[in-house]
Amino acid sequence: MAVVFKRTEGLTDAPFHYCPGCTHGIVHRLIAEALEELDVLGDAIGVAPVGCAVFAYNYFNCDMQQAAHGRAPAVATGIKRARPQSIVFTYQGDGDLAAIGTGEIVHAAARRENITVIFINNATYGMTGGQLAPTSLVGQITQTSPYGRKVELQGYPIRVSEMLATLEGAAFIKRCSVDSIKNINDAKASIKKAFRYQMDEMGFSMVEILSTCPTNWGLSPVESMEWLRENMIPHYPLGVFKDIEKGGGV
Amino acid sequence: MKGNEAIAEAAIRANCKHFFGYPITPQTEISAYMAKRMPRIGGVFLQAESEVAAINMVYGAAGAGVRVMTSSSSPGISLKAEGISYIAGADLPCVIVNIVRGGPGLGGIQPAQSDYFQAVKGAGHGDYKMIVLAPSSVQEVVDCTFDAFDLADKYRVPVMILGDGMLGQMMEPVVFPEKSPKCEQKDWATCGTKNKRKPNIINSLYIEPQDLERLIIARQQRYNAIAEKEVRFEKENIEDADIVLVAYGTTARIVKAAYEKARKNGIKAGIIRPITLWPFPEKIIAETAQRAKAIVCVEMSMGQMVEDVRLATGGACPVGFYGRAGGMVPEPEAIYDVIRRYV
Ligand SMILES: Cc1ncc(C[n+]2csc(CCOP(=O)(O)OP(=O)(O)O)c2C)c(N)n1
Ligand code: SF4
Repeated sequence: MAVVFKRTEGLTDAPFHYCPGCTHGIVHRLIAEALEELDVLGDAIGVAPVGCAVFAYNYFNCDMQQAAHGRAPAVATGIKRARPQSIVFTYQGDGDLAAIGTGEIVHAAARRENITVIFINNATYGMTGGQLAPTSLVGQITQTSPYGRKVELQGYPIRVSEMLATLEGAAFIKRCSVDSIKNINDAKASIKKAFRYQMDEMGFSMVEILSTCPTNWGLSPVESMEWLRENMIPHYPLGVFKDIEKGGGV
Repeated sequence: MKGNEAIAEAAIRANCKHFFGYPITPQTEISAYMAKRMPRIGGVFLQAESEVAAINMVYGAAGAGVRVMTSSSSPGISLKAEGISYIAGADLPCVIVNIVRGGPGLGGIQPAQSDYFQAVKGAGHGDYKMIVLAPSSVQEVVDCTFDAFDLADKYRVPVMILGDGMLGQMMEPVVFPEKSPKCEQKDWATCGTKNKRKPNIINSLYIEPQDLERLIIARQQRYNAIAEKEVRFEKENIEDADIVLVAYGTTARIVKAAYEKARKNGIKAGIIRPITLWPFPEKIIAETAQRAKAIVCVEMSMGQMVEDVRLATGGACPVGFYGRAGGMVPEPEAIYDVIRRYV
């Protein structure tokens, strides 16, 4: 009998601890499948963030390091410089990457660090209970913006992909979403492409993935997907922001 | 050779091929030397965007199984504190150099010893220790650097070399040891499974209290072994001494002049110079306190090591202190006056 669906070799047997309907799990699977299909699991070294994905080191079936909050790109730099033949990736949330770790991500991209970053943008701090993130939308109610994000108080959300695309060291930067089968397939193809750029030593690659946090958004998984489509995608348009193969940014 | 350059050259000869740093006075010669030499030997020199990034690069490289070093000075070490705690918590070996300058805050750029507490008591959070080596000559800088890498690998701990601007700038002849560096088998490192083994994980998170405590206790046992086997110090004429001076690093060189004057004037003086600040040479100080009339501690600070000296004496003899701060250096005359007070 032909196998039509099997568990990817890229994940261990450890059960995910994510909340029901959380998109972290989907993205884990896409990364794992990409590494398996590119046949680089044995060369891969992942870096887990501080955030809901902190236990990612238990889930990916490859060597893993756990980094301090926001420091994953620096840790990945140390790994890549020590083991240039390895395939090194970080997995980071928006608090991790775009607040406390802004310096690390900008300079990893600027240095043309040959690593791949998977950036989970769920517009909130999931793990600590849903506080304002640098990516929270204007008006968004969070635990620390109970009256909604106000530009006079908290300024504007950061569009990380657009910002990093301005850096010459960035080779491939794309924003994806996992709210539909079509978008999930596209996200996987994009992750694969990002890894391929690393394998070809083309420089820094990042895939930003718009994600949901039903628990802290206070919505059901289905409502969360709708909220993402209606509120996040208009502010965070999907697409390629940098692809040096296609000649520069958008 | 300058002290700072000697650290860099010794590190390279100890098979350290990876260096991550951020510019700060008075350690700049270390980075400059590394920047020149590393590309020529196929090594990596990288100027990070901050000390925070530099120490986390060290974490990554150490976790990937290579010998790795960073160097900085006081304000930079404060920023590295987070990373050092994670390195200790993940049991990673690395070497951190602190060429201390005056503080707190931006302080000054002249030599000081005011980071003793930060080095010895732990700058970062959590129950951890670093081996701290405090050389007092350029030759000893070389020897300590070789040892630092071996100790780090042997015990899987961060090792700090604590110097000061004076030592860094000091020019003295050095001999580099001919020994080939030890290379520990690091089968715990993350360098890709090659599909031949289970994944290795570098991590300091243990969410179950009983797991975390078990690890902390195991680490403590390693610390106990270090405290038992790796204490280093130098002593001079302490057997018959009435007054024993305790000082480390460049201060120990100044103390020597006061000691010589005391001996010349018929005062039975002696010196204990700790080389490891952690583990602290407490046994020899405890023994000395039983015999001596007094112990006098001299530091380029307002009194930090003196607390460990007092603890070690257990109150068996009076402990005097003389210190200068902010980049001011203790003068032999003033030290001599303190000695006389205790005769
Ligand atoms: C230095 C430091 N500051 C704060 C924290 C607490 N903390 C843990 S996770 C987190 C936010 C994570 O949010 P994000 O990166 O968006 O990831 P998510 O949980 O949403 O996946 C914070 C602030 C910490 N662990 N370390
Ligand atoms: S808190 Fe949010 S981001 Fe974290 S696992 Fe739950 S749903 Fe996912």
